[in-house]
Amino acid sequence: MPILEYLWIIPLLPLLGSAINGLLGAKWPNKIVSAVALGSTGLSFACALEAVREFVVGGQHPFHKEFFNWIVAGNFRAGFDLQFDQLSVVMVLVVTGVGFLIHIYSTGYMAHEGGYYRFFSFLNLFMFFMLILVLAANFALLFVGWEGVGLCSYLLIGFYFLRQSASDAGKKAFIVNRIGDFGFMLGMFLVFQTFHSLDFRTVFDAVAQGNTAVEPIGTFGIMTVICLLLFMGATGKSAQIPLYVWLPDAMEGPTPVSALIHAATMVTAGVYVVARTNLLFTHSQTAMYVVAIIGCATAFFAATIGLVQSDIKRVLAYSTVSQLGYMFLACGVGAFGAGIFHLMTHAFFKALLFLSAGSVIHAMGGEQDMWGMGGLASKIKVTFWCMLAGTIAIAGFVPFAGFFSKDAILFATFNYEFNGKVLYAVGLLAAIFTSFYMFRLIWLTFFTQPRYDEHHVHVHDSPKNMTVPLIILALLSLVGGWFAAPALWGGPNHFAEFLAPVFGGEKAEGVEAHSLELILSGVAVGAALAGLIVAWRMYTKGAKRGAMTGAYKVLYKKYYVDELYQAVVIGPLMWLSRNVFWKVVDVGIIDGTVNGIAGGTTAVGDTVRHTQSGNTRSYAVWVLVGAIVVFAIIFWPILHPVLVGGVRQ
Amino acid sequence: MTAPLLIFFVLATLAVLGAVSLILQRHPIHSALSLIVVMVALAGLYLLMGAEFVAAVQIIVYGGAIMVLFVFVIMLLNAEEEERTNFSKLATYAGIPLAVAMTGLIAAAIARSSGALPAPAPSGALTSTKTLSMLLFSEFVYPFELTSFLILVAILGAIVLAQRES
Amino acid sequence: MVPTSHYLLLSAILFGLGIVGFVFKRNIITLFMSIELMLNAVNLAFVAFSQSLGKPYGEVFVLFVIVVAAAEAAVGLGIIILTARNRRSLNVERVDLLKL
Repeated sequence: MPILEYLWIIPLLPLLGSAINGLLGAKWPNKIVSAVALGSTGLSFACALEAVREFVVGGQHPFHKEFFNWIVAGNFRAGFDLQFDQLSVVMVLVVTGVGFLIHIYSTGYMAHEGGYYRFFSFLNLFMFFMLILVLAANFALLFVGWEGVGLCSYLLIGFYFLRQSASDAGKKAFIVNRIGDFGFMLGMFLVFQTFHSLDFRTVFDAVAQGNTAVEPIGTFGIMTVICLLLFMGATGKSAQIPLYVWLPDAMEGPTPVSALIHAATMVTAGVYVVARTNLLFTHSQTAMYVVAIIGCATAFFAATIGLVQSDIKRVLAYSTVSQLGYMFLACGVGAFGAGIFHLMTHAFFKALLFLSAGSVIHAMGGEQDMWGMGGLASKIKVTFWCMLAGTIAIAGFVPFAGFFSKDAILFATFNYEFNGKVLYAVGLLAAIFTSFYMFRLIWLTFFTQPRYDEHHVHVHDSPKNMTVPLIILALLSLVGGWFAAPALWGGPNHFAEFLAPVFGGEKAEGVEAHSLELILSGVAVGAALAGLIVAWRMYTKGAKRGAMTGAYKVLYKKYYVDELYQAVVIGPLMWLSRNVFWKVVDVGIIDGTVNGIAGGTTAVGDTVRHTQSGNTRSYAVWVLVGAIVVFAIIFWPILHPVLVGGVRQ
Repeated sequence: MTAPLLIFFVLATLAVLGAVSLILQRHPIHSALSLIVVMVALAGLYLLMGAEFVAAVQIIVYGGAIMVLFVFVIMLLNAEEEERTNFSKLATYAGIPLAVAMTGLIAAAIARSSGALPAPAPSGALTSTKTLSMLLFSEFVYPFELTSFLILVAILGAIVLAQRES
Repeated sequence: MVPTSHYLLLSAILFGLGIVGFVFKRNIITLFMSIELMLNAVNLAFVAFSQSLGKPYGEVFVLFVIVVAAAEAAVGLGIIILTARNRRSLNVERVDLLKL
């Protein structure tokens, strides 16, 4: 069956699953709800595989089809158009594949939670929107998916809505996202104004064939402005500085949500957008530089915060922010392929890490603080080995996936023309920190003496439906890098070649570039080792918490950024809202006007009431008044000289 | 000062004095009698203007019927001197000024436009009884018949109103 | 001959006096008589105009006014009798059922 002709079925299946579970699932037993959810997602994954197969077999021609008109206004048309090219292959497989594994895991993790059907309904809804986002062929439809995943993120973060912190976190995520979306929308409007279309094909063709000049660094031409605005949306969705603050709070949601949405898929939407619009970005050196700087800064910044966190999920959250920074750094220096590659490998090992953390939390009966764990390695073996696999992958040890992707990014950064070496140094430092805090997590959680009461907590490993996805992801983390290993390692450079039609081919490298790359790879591995050793020394024997003072406190309190935002942005805004817009405008002006009119009418009525006094003589006087008025009006032509002049003639 | 003018002033003074008396008297019967004086004076003025029939009708109908009716009602109801109530502040304070204003307006209108009025025709020529009756039964026959109907309605109304409750 | 304006001025004065009586008198019957006074003033004006313009129409109208005044007086006095019986007073200010 020509799946590509029915491409809409890939997002539609999860939507159906969501609708069925949402509308009918309240009374169903967990088994049926799971069957619907897993069935729809699994089928979607199968269809995605089939679509990829067709695409590859058919010669890898970019596929584009308009399914129906959505908005038609004059010359403007935004339709439900889907496209399928090499980039879509990567994204769709990651979303449906990792999504399916996480769905399986969730059947085990959420088995004893209330609102089971609601969880899967929202999760499937998320899949629908994410697939719309990655398959969309124009900005408008992409924005639908963009907003939709934000909505699902809100719904799922606030899943335990009876908990104040959870509902607050959901609101925070949505509101901060909205700020980014504002920039994204402005970018979209500018795109429309410049290119008179929101269609990707039209816009990119216009840029490519129009011989648009590359806007040099420091200038702010139209391309730069568009790209910066789109990037603003990306910082919101993908948790970069300055709009990253929602992601650590989003850990209030159930762990599978953190794995799927805040590690593997939704947060990568920003990277996807930058990669998809790479033709626009490559025409603006300023925008690329900004992206690179922010990516690098975020990578470093978040890594420093992750050094001292005590909640296991918080560490992983800041790690996600940091790794996303790497992806943006890659896009910023022009290595879009490397960025997408890192997106894929990150999806594998970050999902793995989150799910393993969920497994640990499940085993510990709900405990999330690492200082309340310890010595679990022997007790939950499968979880331990999987988590170790993920940690090694993220730290960047050969031959795991993380090594190849991070190495590609750092190499490209080193060769970047604007302060590449500085960015490289910061990125390397962040890599050291990454290795450090991840191994710190391993030591604190799985080794050292148990810091909990063994009689109260019965540590048990997780059921099969939770461990099997872990194992699959661990395998992917191991082998995922191999088919994309750069030619340097003798491996087939499939990934870069595969994505070449979308990103433009890689530059051919000379021999000295090879040796440079080897050296830098060695440095990267060395960095990972350094982090591991330092963590081992600090945390294995006699591990104790740092004193909450000085630099430690600043890092633990996340550089007080949330407090800063509260004081500088939120506080004044609330003050303004309460004292100006509420008291002055709403109560005073709007209510005042309405009440004033009513009051005025009452006052007039009160005054006029006196004519109806019930006294006949006053009625007589009013009749007389009326008669005088009528008489004056009728005889005005004759009278007015007399009355005006005041003289009797 | 010609004779007609003299007669006019005498009759006019009489009428005004009667009207003033109407207002100032406290007992309604005195007011009624003052009104009769006014009506007789006016009848005189009509005669002066040459409207004999109207003068006759004024005396017979107004003076002889309507005012008699008034006097009967006053005596029937045993009217006494007026009570000195004063519930309406508006009437007390605005009454005189408004009345003066109205009168002033009318007087001003009259004064301004009196130049446009032609001189009066010699009396008696055009307005004999014969002329009036010719008009009433030719040009104004329709209103004439309607007034008879009106009187019938008034009679019926008066009868209904005067019935005692049984 | 007496100028028409004299008659009209007299009519105006009588009308004004009628208004004063209408506003200030408290006895219903006296009130009614003030209204009759006003009607008479108007009659005078009509006849004056009729004489001035040389047409009889003014006097015809006066006849109709007198008829209507008669009918009105009959019915009005009937009402006054009933009101006086009900309220046991001839003071117009005592007829205040519409007062709050």
